[in-house]
Amino acid sequence: MRVLAALSGGVDSAVAAARAVEAGHDVVGVHMALSRSRAQHRNGSRGCCSIEDASDARRAADVLGIPYYVWDLSEEFEDTVVADFLSEYEAGRTPNPCVRCNEHIKFSALLDRGLALGFDAVCTGHYARIVDVPGTDGQHRRELHRAADTAKDQSYVLAVMGPERLGRSLFPLGDAPSKDAVRAEAAERGLSVSAKPDSYDICFVADGDTRGFLRDRLGSRPGEIVDTDGAVLGEHDGAYAFTVGQRKGLGLTRPAPDGTPRYVLEVRPEQGQVVVGPSQLLSVDELTADQAIWLADDVTAEEWIDVEVQIRAHGDPVAASVRRRREGGAETVEARLATPLRGIAPGQSLVVYRGTRVLGQATIAEAHRGAALPA
Amino acid sequence: MRGTRADPAPYTGSVTTYLDHAATSPVRPEVAEVYAAELTRLGNPSSLHTAGRDARRRLEEAREQLAAAVGAEPAEVLFTSGGTEADNLAVKGAYWARHGTDPALSAVAVSAVEHHAVLEAAEWLGEHEGAAVRLLRVTGDGRLDLNHLDETLARGDVAVVSVMWANNETGALQPIHDVVTRADAAGVPVHTDAVQAVGKVPVHFARSGVGALTLTGHKLGAPVGTGALVARRDYPLAAVEHGGRQERGVRSGTLNLAGAHALALAVELAVAEQEAEAVRLAQLRDRLLAGVTAAVPDARVTGPAGAHRLPGLAHVTVAEADADALLLGLDMAGIAASSGSACQAGVQQPSHVLLAMGYDEESARSALRFSLGRTTTAADVDALVAALPAVVDGARKAYATHRPRTTEGVA
Repeated sequence: MRVLAALSGGVDSAVAAARAVEAGHDVVGVHMALSRSRAQHRNGSRGCCSIEDASDARRAADVLGIPYYVWDLSEEFEDTVVADFLSEYEAGRTPNPCVRCNEHIKFSALLDRGLALGFDAVCTGHYARIVDVPGTDGQHRRELHRAADTAKDQSYVLAVMGPERLGRSLFPLGDAPSKDAVRAEAAERGLSVSAKPDSYDICFVADGDTRGFLRDRLGSRPGEIVDTDGAVLGEHDGAYAFTVGQRKGLGLTRPAPDGTPRYVLEVRPEQGQVVVGPSQLLSVDELTADQAIWLADDVTAEEWIDVEVQIRAHGDPVAASVRRRREGGAETVEARLATPLRGIAPGQSLVVYRGTRVLGQATIAEAHRGAALPA
Repeated sequence: MRGTRADPAPYTGSVTTYLDHAATSPVRPEVAEVYAAELTRLGNPSSLHTAGRDARRRLEEAREQLAAAVGAEPAEVLFTSGGTEADNLAVKGAYWARHGTDPALSAVAVSAVEHHAVLEAAEWLGEHEGAAVRLLRVTGDGRLDLNHLDETLARGDVAVVSVMWANNETGALQPIHDVVTRADAAGVPVHTDAVQAVGKVPVHFARSGVGALTLTGHKLGAPVGTGALVARRDYPLAAVEHGGRQERGVRSGTLNLAGAHALALAVELAVAEQEAEAVRLAQLRDRLLAGVTAAVPDARVTGPAGAHRLPGLAHVTVAEADADALLLGLDMAGIAASSGSACQAGVQQPSHVLLAMGYDEESARSALRFSLGRTTTAADVDALVAALPAVVDGARKAYATHRPRTTEGVA
């Protein structure tokens, strides 16, 4: 196959590309330039936004002996991932930009451009497995599974790509036993990025300062911090900077009457209000998620089925039953959790698993609590 | 660790067709020979002993050889590391020298289509020295708007005018004679960046009337790292680099003797062959443009028609295609070309030249430059013409995926 290897400049994508070359594919390396203002590139080696990362990607391609190009996808990135990040926070939700990047950039803008230019697939350094299961009709069914190394598993952020794009993707690191093994392999292959630190922060937010980024882009919008009875406990600079389940950084001077810690229970951007309260009010066991994307054709889930769901990128799956609902063009997933979870923020992905297999995903719209909040 | 890995086949891109001579061109074998021979000789031209004197003699021979080839006096040749250094010296050096004697001379006038070595030098003067940067307009075919030059000179504050001899993207030849006539009347010195012109069109320094002229080695068969500013003794110059006061005190640094020899020989050879080569390259360029416009009927040729353009350069815009996708497709087909415009960190920028000529940003991102040179043959041109339709087709499909964006599933 003619394969477009997305090279971020990190160790994972470099080793993934190396494995694709070794598998006999005709591989071309592409580094995506995602930052609009090249002058404001971040320092250091993290994510895919620095000059150093572009240079590391180029050197990896050199070592692998593959062509290398930089594609400017900054416009698409700003219009989709960054715009979504801002509007979601503005609406009081908590977005996952990595999910949106996979949805709009890596497996959309990049893949589409690659297909148009005669490539067959995109290869990335994600930790997830694509498994072809032989079907009864001689056709193969393509499934997305968790990575062999569950600690590194990234299937949570990949489910969004949908079934067609799964057929156009390669994740050569899916069966890697650990990140350390990938680093060792990189060193063995002579890739200079083998010891490069992992990136954890959001790549377009400097220094991990999400609040500062939001304040710069959305401006100051002062409002009140209230308790569940509506009593004003404090003030804030912008409700968008708060996330359901957040405990730190509330800036409250008076402790709760019973001395227990207070958490963000709800963000009400239209009133500029942040509602706080005790942790037990964070517990939810019913979720509604919209913009559903379903990968498993063979599991329709039109009636309630028993599965596991995961509701944040680095969270454990919990037992649940789910049901898909289609109304008009919109598709939702309803979930009933076997055990209540705390701090589920609207905007995060609800990913449905059966064992290691990803069945589908949707974006959390509502979380129902045991005790309703006063309006 | 490197020794332990399996050696991959190095990607050489199987470049069979090199159509990017305006970026850099192959070193002539006889020049490489002179260069290598000079590297084995010892001596700093500034030293007083025998080895130094000998080096000095060889340096002056190279200076005389270069001067003779471009119609200059030997004393007018200042060796530099290349075009960018020469442009910076000519623009900043002249501004500082003139502004220093008359503070009212506080502007630099440069054409809007200059190479970045001139544009950025002028803009740096604007940002850090308070100079007024006057960008001289060009017409739709990329040639200087002389009326705008007249208006600019009439303000009476211009310290130096810099207008390139030939544009590196479109190949447009600028009306240097008209620029000199007007600037002379206003008493303003003229610099010209002739990096793309020397050896391609007739360039005679003394007859041109310019005060200073930039040339570089690697566009005409000498190694990268060689170049010169040819500057009349009355062209005002303050030093940009300070040190041992070599080269009339305005370009310090131990002289690159091997480079000077290589440059002088390459310029001499290129100038000697210029007339015949111009005829040959113009024929190849016309064959290329005829083939390209036949293969891609809506490709639009930029720049001036006829005699007012470089013989070996063709520049077209391809509607609804991005230069980076076009160049990738050509590269995959073994053809080296360029968009002609700058790229930052590997990302193609819209061409400031095309924008100045009135093209919209979409067109300024869709340009392809084919630059022919000494080693180009008709077979190269035919290979391009054969490969181009499929490349354009792919690039247009890629373009359609993001403008307007599609959110549909993958076909």
